[in-house]
Amino acid sequence: MLRTQGLRYRYADDGPELAFPDLDVGRGKELLLLGASGTGKTTLLHLIAGMRTPSAGDVRLNGHPFSALSTAERDLARGQHMGIVFQTAHFVRSLTVSENLALARTLAGLEPDEARIESLLAGLGLSHKLNARVDALSVGEQQRVSIARAVVHGPGIILADEPTSALDDTNTDGVLDLLRQQASDSGAALLIVTHDQRLKDRMADRVELTLNPTAA
Amino acid sequence: MRSARLARRNVMDRPLESGLSVLLLAFGVGIISLMLLMQRSLTEDLDRNIKDIDLVLGAKGSPLQSILANVYHVDVPTGNIPLAEARKVMRHPYIESSIPLAYGDNYELFRIVGTEASYPEHYGAEVTEGRLFDAPFEVTVGAEAAAATGLSIGDTFFSAHGLKDGTDVHRDKVYTVVGVFGATGSVIDQLLLTSIESVWGVHADIEGADQEITAVLLKKKNPLAILTLPNLLRDTPMQVALPAIEMNRLTQQFGIGLSTLRAVALLIMSLSFVSVFIALFASLRDRRYELALMRTMGAPPRRLFTLVLFEGLWMTVAGIAIGLVLSRLGVVVLAGALADRFHYDVAQLAPVAGEWFLVAAALAVGTLAAALPARSALRIDISNTLGQGR
Repeated sequence: MLRTQGLRYRYADDGPELAFPDLDVGRGKELLLLGASGTGKTTLLHLIAGMRTPSAGDVRLNGHPFSALSTAERDLARGQHMGIVFQTAHFVRSLTVSENLALARTLAGLEPDEARIESLLAGLGLSHKLNARVDALSVGEQQRVSIARAVVHGPGIILADEPTSALDDTNTDGVLDLLRQQASDSGAALLIVTHDQRLKDRMADRVELTLNPTAA
Repeated sequence: MRSARLARRNVMDRPLESGLSVLLLAFGVGIISLMLLMQRSLTEDLDRNIKDIDLVLGAKGSPLQSILANVYHVDVPTGNIPLAEARKVMRHPYIESSIPLAYGDNYELFRIVGTEASYPEHYGAEVTEGRLFDAPFEVTVGAEAAAATGLSIGDTFFSAHGLKDGTDVHRDKVYTVVGVFGATGSVIDQLLLTSIESVWGVHADIEGADQEITAVLLKKKNPLAILTLPNLLRDTPMQVALPAIEMNRLTQQFGIGLSTLRAVALLIMSLSFVSVFIALFASLRDRRYELALMRTMGAPPRRLFTLVLFEGLWMTVAGIAIGLVLSRLGVVVLAGALADRFHYDVAQLAPVAGEWFLVAAALAVGTLAAALPARSALRIDISNTLGQGR
């Protein structure tokens, strides 16, 4: 599904180069990337998602190198094969909850599929928020909707950037369970990037990776 | 979701910013469109009524007033002229045809004009009900005058003295309606036509009346008439006025005011495009994260460019549409005022040729005003933008 090889990144031409470990995440697998602040976790996630261009190495999605794609092709590939959950939920403000989910499907080249959206939101206990404006949701509801948006188009891999760092233990469990369940339901791989040490114990039976980039 | 629909939602989501841009553009387009519509109506009306009238013979005074009173019936005449003296001009070898007019009374502020059959014939007016006036105090009524006053065949009425007042009624002379003209779009529609003898008879016995008329509409046979007749009339109480020249002078004087108004309208339109530009730029600054988010969901840069372009186009199209509606409302209001004051109908609402150019120009500039901020959507760095948060 997703494989990285020899990934390196330099923020400035004369700055240090971060080197990242190779990753191999198959469909249905879970991977936790744990690292302290400033170790380049978010940068790695952006490299994996094709939002940054590595100074060396490559990201392969289903065997195809991201570097061989144009910007537009890379955007489309990301939209079709990946679902991203950000630390803070963000939406297209002018659209309702269901329209935001429909937009994610449309941008991935799929039909909106209202039945799928309704069923997904029902599973997350958000049926009553179908036509609500996103800015009328609570923070917890926004986070659940952002998870729904990440899986609504059936991506092969879900990338989550610090999904629990601002949450207490109870909510951390809830969000983690939700992510794992949604990934499992759609058969997607789950890759979580975080500095939140609490997840280390909760994902102990999964592939665990501690991220320690070294300056080159 | 299509870009056009999402763009419309984004525009509607910022009612204040979008509304200001739309309103400014609507005012600019509206004023220019109103000017084009009124110009078309007035020009057509002026041209229609001036048709084949080369000279107007009347009492000495303002030539423009003579034209406005005797051709367009919107001013008071400069005075009366003796029929005998007028006949000399009418029989001049340089004159091809002539239409005498005599008036001084009104019915419900619609002018009663004493004339001959050649007057309605000149404007192609046909009697659709009854017949043309013949005997003294018989009247054939213009279409709009008939509709407004409710006069129909067989009705009788008294005339009121003067042209702008209905209080001084001549109760000893009764007019009888013998016919109604069909609509012509000319001054005939607004008039009540009768014989010249009727006008004389209202103020004295027909036999004893001074044989005076108000004016004669002349068609020249020889272009030299324009040079010869003024000299011929130098020592008489009469003058000839040239409708084409006087109306040209009038429209030129109007033109200064219209040019100023047009410049103001163009300034408002320019401001509206600046407003569209600023509204989109400010909106993009606020929504950079949103646009970056759309990139992460699969929207290529070109799609974001199209989205912002559509947002500008929505505002432009809304401004144009509202402006065109406003201009038509303006025409209806102005036409109502003109109809009340002068009994003129200028309420033509069909698009005028210049409006297509106006719409095309507004769309082109609106697209340009949107394209500049839209370009910045092409250059969004997703990673940095998302890294900065909202």
